[in-house]
Amino acid sequence: MFMKVLEVKNLSTAYKSVEVLRDISFTAEAGDYIGIVGPNGSGKTTLIKTLLGLLPSSRGEILIEGKSLSHFKEWGHIGYLPQKMPFLDQHFPATAEEIIATGTYPGKCFPKKLGGNDHRAVDRVAALLEIEDLKQKPIGKLSGGQQQRVLLARAFVHEPKIVILDEPTAALDPQSRGSFYAMVKKMNLETQTTVLLVSHDIASLGKEASKLLYLDRRIIFYGGFEAFCKSPEMTAYFGSLSQHLMCGRHGNL
Amino acid sequence: MSLIQQVSEALQFGFIQKALIAGCLIAVSCSFLGVFLVLRRFSLIGDGLAHVSFATVAIGLLLHQQPILISLPLVALASLFILKLNEKAGLHGDAAIGLVASFGVAGGVLIASLAGGFNVDLMSYLFGSILSISTTEVWITWVLSIAIIVCIVLFYHDLFAITADEDYARVLGINPGTINKVLILLTSFTVVIGIKVVGTMLISSLIILPAVAALQIARSFKTVILTASLFSLISVLAGIFISYIFDLPSGATIVLINFTFFVCAWVASRFMK
Repeated sequence: MFMKVLEVKNLSTAYKSVEVLRDISFTAEAGDYIGIVGPNGSGKTTLIKTLLGLLPSSRGEILIEGKSLSHFKEWGHIGYLPQKMPFLDQHFPATAEEIIATGTYPGKCFPKKLGGNDHRAVDRVAALLEIEDLKQKPIGKLSGGQQQRVLLARAFVHEPKIVILDEPTAALDPQSRGSFYAMVKKMNLETQTTVLLVSHDIASLGKEASKLLYLDRRIIFYGGFEAFCKSPEMTAYFGSLSQHLMCGRHGNL
Repeated sequence: MSLIQQVSEALQFGFIQKALIAGCLIAVSCSFLGVFLVLRRFSLIGDGLAHVSFATVAIGLLLHQQPILISLPLVALASLFILKLNEKAGLHGDAAIGLVASFGVAGGVLIASLAGGFNVDLMSYLFGSILSISTTEVWITWVLSIAIIVCIVLFYHDLFAITADEDYARVLGINPGTINKVLILLTSFTVVIGIKVVGTMLISSLIILPAVAALQIARSFKTVILTASLFSLISVLAGIFISYIFDLPSGATIVLINFTFFVCAWVASRFMK
């Protein structure tokens, strides 16, 4: 039986009285890998921040594990990789291990302490993502791809039920993007974590994600990649040539 | 007389012992806070609050009260006001600091003028005079410094989280607003107890320099904090002895030693690349 871990019902969000998201409704089930795609300014990051309670909604309801967002307190069940990372500054003085360990903070009482279990969790996720050799290196000295793997480890270290990744591949080259999506897929399958990943890269993400949610202030499409590529709504939205290019089927034209 | 004999002789004096105790505690408090303030682009908050403390010290002297006791609540209020201006009034951090700092200096000058001009006491708070620290001030410094260090240790992971990534910290369930208040209040207390060491004109350097020097060479967050504390401790200890032996102003001597550490760390960082 599939369990709904996230339900969004008729969600609208406004920024300075301009409606950024309109009437968004979708459901994510345990183990889903959902790619959230759409053009610039389509509201992808706004949707993510509203789901996390970082931005207020103007209408609608968000249920995480059956609880409305205002009553949801189990933030330890959520892993998050934000779009902007301040410590991409190469002088930020933290090792990859220190950054990954922040992912173990949820659920800890004041004053927070890191114990043996936390260090073992860091070691486990570092092994899973093959970044053991990076643990003691300063985060700012790592390449973009290595930093993203460290941040992915941080998002997964406390074994969350839902992981939300906001444009994690924006600074990566196409090859690194593909391997990053595959790595997320590996974590998704091995841990049965529900993944919501925001990206512009429909073709690469579509091959790995179980569902695509195409957003342009409202939901244009929500379903599997195959259905996306055959969808008449998407053909009408993009034109058939663009749709084929996005689906990586230009050879079939 | 050899240097060791001069240092041994200095250690016999009560005022040197008091200066060493207070100086070491303030050095550690300043360096701990400095790392978070520098990385959160709040370096100049120490400078702004020191300017406010100039006015509050003048009020204390005018009322013939211990300036430190008048300064603690007033500078704490000013620190929260800067934070409010920054968060609610839409002023950038440096503008909010500049606004409150200029008000503090203007108020201090006006009060000093009403009191009949600058006197020696006010000058010692302007440029620091740790060798003249009183027993009451040592006790207040002792209690507050320990409280500040304990607070930083207790809030270490929350402070680290908001410094590394504020949005992510929110998702972790940490309220950056609350932690910012804690950070800024601790800074205000540190500034007040620190002005006796280096004075209102130089206190921000005691906060900024050890942190910036440590950032040049340390690779992890914990080592930055430990290295900054070490630089700060050595600067204060050496500064007190050098100023006693060569009859130099203690505050300026401490700051110059700190600056020397920064230059050495910067040069070392070029070779470490």
